[in-house]
Amino acid sequence: MRSSTGIKQLAGLLVGGLLLALSTAVLSESAVTKGSKAADLGACVAPTEEMRRNHMDYLQHDRDLTVHEGIRGVKYSLAECVDCHAGKDEQQKPIPINAPGQFCAGCHEYMAVSLACFQCHRKTPEDKTTSLGDALDDKARAGHSLGLLLDAGQQPMLSPAEFAQLHALIQED
Amino acid sequence: MKKMHYRELWCSSPRYWGGLSLLGFIILIGLGAAFYMEHSGHYVTGMSNQIVWGLPHVFAIFLIVAASGALNVASIGSVFGGPMYKPLGPFSSLLAIGLLAGGLMVLVLDLGRADRLIVAMTSYNFKSIFTWNIFLYSGFFVIVGAYLWTMLDRKVERFKRPVGFAAFFWRLALTTGTGSIFGFLVAREAYDAAVLAPMFIIMSFSYGLAFFILTLISAFWWSGRTLGDVRLAKLKNLLGVFVGSVMYFALVYYLTNLYITQHHGVERFILLEGGIYTIMLWVGQILVGGVIPLFLLYSPAFATSRTAVSTASLLVLIGGFFQLYVIVIGGQAYPMSLFPGKEVIQSAFFDGVVASYVPSLPEALLGFGGIAVSMTLVAVGARMLLVLPETLEDPTDECP
Amino acid sequence: MSKSTDQPEMNRREFLGKTIVAATAATVAPGVLLSVAKAGPEQKGVTSDVRWGLLIDTNKCADGCTSCVDACHTENGIDLQEKPEGHSDAMWEQQRVQWIRKVKLQDKLTGEQTNLPLMCQHCEHPPCVDVCPTGASFKRADGIVMVDRHICIGCRYCMMACPYKARSFIHEEVANQLVRAPRGKGCVESCTLCVHRIDDGGTTTACQDACSSEGHNAIVFGDLKDPNSDISKALKEQSSRQIRADLELNTGVRYTNV
Ligand code: HEC
Ligand code: HEC
Ligand code: HEC
Repeated sequence: MRSSTGIKQLAGLLVGGLLLALSTAVLSESAVTKGSKAADLGACVAPTEEMRRNHMDYLQHDRDLTVHEGIRGVKYSLAECVDCHAGKDEQQKPIPINAPGQFCAGCHEYMAVSLACFQCHRKTPEDKTTSLGDALDDKARAGHSLGLLLDAGQQPMLSPAEFAQLHALIQED
Repeated sequence: MKKMHYRELWCSSPRYWGGLSLLGFIILIGLGAAFYMEHSGHYVTGMSNQIVWGLPHVFAIFLIVAASGALNVASIGSVFGGPMYKPLGPFSSLLAIGLLAGGLMVLVLDLGRADRLIVAMTSYNFKSIFTWNIFLYSGFFVIVGAYLWTMLDRKVERFKRPVGFAAFFWRLALTTGTGSIFGFLVAREAYDAAVLAPMFIIMSFSYGLAFFILTLISAFWWSGRTLGDVRLAKLKNLLGVFVGSVMYFALVYYLTNLYITQHHGVERFILLEGGIYTIMLWVGQILVGGVIPLFLLYSPAFATSRTAVSTASLLVLIGGFFQLYVIVIGGQAYPMSLFPGKEVIQSAFFDGVVASYVPSLPEALLGFGGIAVSMTLVAVGARMLLVLPETLEDPTDECP
Repeated sequence: MSKSTDQPEMNRREFLGKTIVAATAATVAPGVLLSVAKAGPEQKGVTSDVRWGLLIDTNKCADGCTSCVDACHTENGIDLQEKPEGHSDAMWEQQRVQWIRKVKLQDKLTGEQTNLPLMCQHCEHPPCVDVCPTGASFKRADGIVMVDRHICIGCRYCMMACPYKARSFIHEEVANQLVRAPRGKGCVESCTLCVHRIDDGGTTTACQDACSSEGHNAIVFGDLKDPNSDISKALKEQSSRQIRADLELNTGVRYTNV
């Protein structure tokens, strides 16, 4: 960056300030989706201002922590963002968090950023209270038994995570 | 010796623009095909988890290998001081750059996530021969570009020899690198051979020169300039030597494999029982790409026939394509042996079975798009730069 | 320049991000520098004090049983992926993803039959890691060989290099995933030894659980470096082998009675 002259820097600063003013003006209303868990909470995982500005860098940092260092339950976990910020429709079914107008899409549409993340990452929270069938899209799971003591048509009343936990508990005994 | 004059390719407009728009059209179709594959995912191609690299890779490797060989004429001219080749140096460099660009385009557009190209450019694993190749390729553009400059601009002419030497060694390294992509795949028996790297070098000489002769003849035809018979005869004889060497190396490759007992299976497969691959080897590579061109090049009946030289060059390219197809895809089709002494009688993942591969149309279109990119770059370059001599009349005061 | 996000749209985002940050550096800087992951004492991360591995007793592996494969598919959401509409079954068979597969062998001389599951062998010297141009293919300190799918460009060189055909490329869009197993089109993936379980303190893999609940107990998972682990004890007791031992990759997955 040594090549940039003072004037360029000044211009950069001006443009940056302008952008900031613009973005804060637009975002002064909270972007939090109605009906999401976050709507009932007072604070994000970091101060709101900071989240607005730096969530991408935090996400990337913590992503490397998880994937390479094996640290789960990081502060800026994408799974957690989805869990807290995904909205629900009238039938209480979760709406994909990157759907138009939803939390992770609203600002980005405005900024013309397209997120690749949700090509791989799950877009809705896995519902831990209702049956597995609801949470995992009945069609996709149809015909697959879990290989435990259940018939193919019968739906287990526990989530896979809870199954795993139970299983671990039984094994420890 | 008479002073050589260079002039931009400046031919009658309809012929030039017509050709260029045809190339542009092929490129557009190729890009469309790439977008289609990228958008729907690779399931629309013939590639699978069994045949991992398919037709696009054959095209890409073909062009990249040919690129380094196309530089040969320039190297002979300035590094080894062959006066007959000297005036052809600039065009040879231009062709090399064009071919490499076309090949790389195909390679990149076939990536599963071409959108992450920036990652490939910013994060490297220096143990990977692929990474080395990225540097070899970008270095090739720079060095050959500089070489072209020294040949075109009299102010920097004194650097011509050292830069020419650098380009010469760089492109040997580049072809070795490309060959080593396969050489390092110890797990696959077809690729586990030291002779692959030198074989790729000699293949590059042959394909590169064939490309060169073809483009040179068409450029001169396009612009209505004269190309002397003696000069063409030189190129033609050189091509003959290269084609012979490629066949010799192929022989060595298969013979050494026969010495290694574990490789007998894959040898039998390629040479005798491989169905389409066996046919491609014997008919495509050996007959079309070797025997017939040699006959055309050396038979006295065709001594001065332009058609014979062009046909021979074209056949060398077609044969070369088949040769790479057999290496790249035939080598993958033969099952890896995981359990010596055992036979796989059941597997959910095609263990122990010859994998099938049917190339799909989009793959082929992308490949042809790559060739069109190369040719377009050459056509545009030749029109903007002084790479083609005004005339290549045979010199009168020089012994051929 | 610091390395920022490497996903698409990077340049512009980085630029905008930088200007915004510059304009407000004074107010946020302290917060930025201090906010790292809440890597408390319970979150140590991976260490090279352990090396995870599997021991597979092929004598106990039952003919026709695929419970380990099924369990792997449910655990990692692989069964959520469907055949693209209008695609032929033959092609789908060749293109679908498999992290673990069952193989049945017959000795050419004796006719003896062997069943075994085959998956990523988690080599100490993995060829896939050597060839990967971006470093997406990597080996964690605890010996698990994985793909960082955030920087995988989908070149498939690792699949060419793997002697076990253990890796799969995702050929089509994935509409459904599990939270614990993100996966999507255009990247290469393979067995992770159920890394999400291990990191959360789990001591079993899905395939092992499934195998033992079927009563076969053919798969033992554990720490190869801990002399008191089940797997180390079992390895001491009986002779085992690596597949393609001639390549000297020192695999983390071992087999007995092959
Ligand atoms: C525990 C629930 C929770 C989690 C987990 C969470 N958030 Fe939030 N987030 C909130 C709440 C509540 C607010 C609203 C704060 C406010 O009103 O000031 C918020 C606000 C935000 C905002 C500012 C929105 C605005 O009004 O402009 C952003 C951006 C944001 N979160 C991003 C994220 C990201 C990225 C993650 C994942 C790393 C995440 N959040 C995880 C609860 C959460
Ligand atoms: C090609 C697929 C893919 C894409 C695209 C992708 N991820 Fe991931 N992500 C993964 C996988 C696989 C994991 C690892 C999960 C594991 O190891 O258990 C992961 C893990 C993570 C984690 C740690 C786990 C968690 O939920 O906290 C974060 C954070 C993360 N990714 C962020 C992102 C962000 C941000 C993007 C978009 C810019 C993104 N990822 C895009 C595949 C992907
Ligand atoms: C308050 C508005 C806002 C909200 C809400 C928001 N973002 Fe962002 N996000 C931004 C801005 C602004 C950028 C930077 C755009 C730029 O620099 O071009 C960005 C960029 C990103 C990037 C980097 C994009 C890239 O191409 O590298 C990621 C990843 C990201 N956001 C993830 C998320 C996730 C996940 C959520 C939902 C949990 C979310 N964001 C919600 C405003 C927001």
